[in-house]
Amino acid sequence: MSEMPHIVTITIVLDETPTVKTFVFDELFNIRPGQFCMVWVPGVDEIPMAFSAANAITVMKVGDATEALFDLKAGDKIGIRGPFGNGFNPEGKVLAIAGGVGVTPLFTLAACGEVDTFILGARTREELIFTEDLAKVSDLKIATDDGTCGFHGFVTGIMDQLDIGSYDTICVCGPEIMMKGILDRLVAKGIEGRGQFSLQRYMKCAVGICGSCCMDNDGLRVCRDGPVFTGDIIKNGEFAHYHRGPSGRKE
Amino acid sequence: MIQIQLPKEEIAGVPLRNHMLLAAGVLGTTGASLKRMLSLGAGGVITKSIGPVAISGHHGPALVPIEGGLINAMGLPNPSKEFVSEIAPLKGEPVVVNIFGGTPKEFGEVASWFPDARAFELNLSCPHAEGYGAAIGIDPRIVKECTEIVKTYNKPVWVKLTPNVTDIRGIGKAAEEGGADAIVAINTVKAMRISTGARRPVLGNRFGGLSGKAIFPIAIRSVYDLYDAVGIPIIGCGGVSTADNVIEMMMAGASAVEIGSAVYDSINIFSEIAAELYAENGIPAEEIVGCAHV
Repeated sequence: MSEMPHIVTITIVLDETPTVKTFVFDELFNIRPGQFCMVWVPGVDEIPMAFSAANAITVMKVGDATEALFDLKAGDKIGIRGPFGNGFNPEGKVLAIAGGVGVTPLFTLAACGEVDTFILGARTREELIFTEDLAKVSDLKIATDDGTCGFHGFVTGIMDQLDIGSYDTICVCGPEIMMKGILDRLVAKGIEGRGQFSLQRYMKCAVGICGSCCMDNDGLRVCRDGPVFTGDIIKNGEFAHYHRGPSGRKE
Repeated sequence: MIQIQLPKEEIAGVPLRNHMLLAAGVLGTTGASLKRMLSLGAGGVITKSIGPVAISGHHGPALVPIEGGLINAMGLPNPSKEFVSEIAPLKGEPVVVNIFGGTPKEFGEVASWFPDARAFELNLSCPHAEGYGAAIGIDPRIVKECTEIVKTYNKPVWVKLTPNVTDIRGIGKAAEEGGADAIVAINTVKAMRISTGARRPVLGNRFGGLSGKAIFPIAIRSVYDLYDAVGIPIIGCGGVSTADNVIEMMMAGASAVEIGSAVYDSINIFSEIAAELYAENGIPAEEIVGCAHV
């Protein structure tokens, strides 16, 4: 089966924060929350990106490809391959914890009505994304590092105020150092298997062949075996310690 | 269908657990992924191609699944010498280290880093890396020199050939004259697809290499030609995805096969094929190797 990139036309570009934009396009993809796509900016590069809706991606400017993406306007074309990966698999009472642009895949989960409590963190008020929509579909709790909105501190500070054991599934996406803090708390309670962590690694093929995104110690492919892994699977490997760059070197 | 026995002796100098190796470039960037493929039934594994300097690879898209196969232009991404520590935990396992260089001297330098390799596979065949792979692998003299210099490290040397030549037999003979212990045929077939929606080639590198079922007949023909031309074992590679494909490769002249693109369909492809291919009362593989040369 051919999986050439679908060429879509951007219909709306939304400024979410000074460094984050949402690109809405003219085609709907059949996604499960937590799945991702490869976004092709013709002539530049192709990069993995979580869907923020069936017809949208939400992107933070971090490198050459995202910078090129930020120059695009309504009417411009990009290529989409996917959806790829497993996505979240929530059961029972669900807590979602997101940091920064990591809110994207969890936003699609909340939009389906799957999230009971949502902890959203960012460095400062203006970097918070999707707050209005999240407040409509979940019990939203906000943390900012500088205290400009909500709890003054990290998402784990709010987590410590909740009865974590009362949640059946804890879905997480954000900086790895943040996810490590959450995993440590789940491990301490012996419930790391309830944690579902959405991971990011450097990817080339996105279909489980090239090996760029394989993680230690088990050689699991983030693109195909993941990107969502339960805490028991990642607690003893490279997670929160190192990852590999484009050449395969550890960074 | 014909069923065969597991190998009782080394094949081309390597003690393989069965006749199927993981092909270079597939899940071979980390020691952990190579170990995983061995545990999932690969009879041996070939590493990602390792070169004299670390390379990030071509811009994407670097790989796109198409009808009947995969088209890729990864651009030889590799961590260079750092890879030594990746595979250190695999010492003693049937790990063949695939190496590349721009000159015979560079091949020798990279080979010198891996005293624990069971064998080397020389990449003289990647179709989309300027100055490397097929760019030098179409010259019989350079192929012979690269083989000779790596052979000085006293390990089995397998030479992987490109099908993108007028006559693959001449290149195979050059490798044999250089002291190769086996020929691996074939690497990917130079190819391109264009995104009609984007009005440009879909790969970041514009052209790349085609692998998978679509090239199986090309691989069979190449192995068949080489079997007549050289006296050393041939490892068949290119589109193998079923037990019957393994048998067919053997009948063309292959002593073993490499499997790569079929991992896209199933990561358990090695054990799935083995379940059909092997039987206690099967015939020795040697009985069918080259039997189609009638």
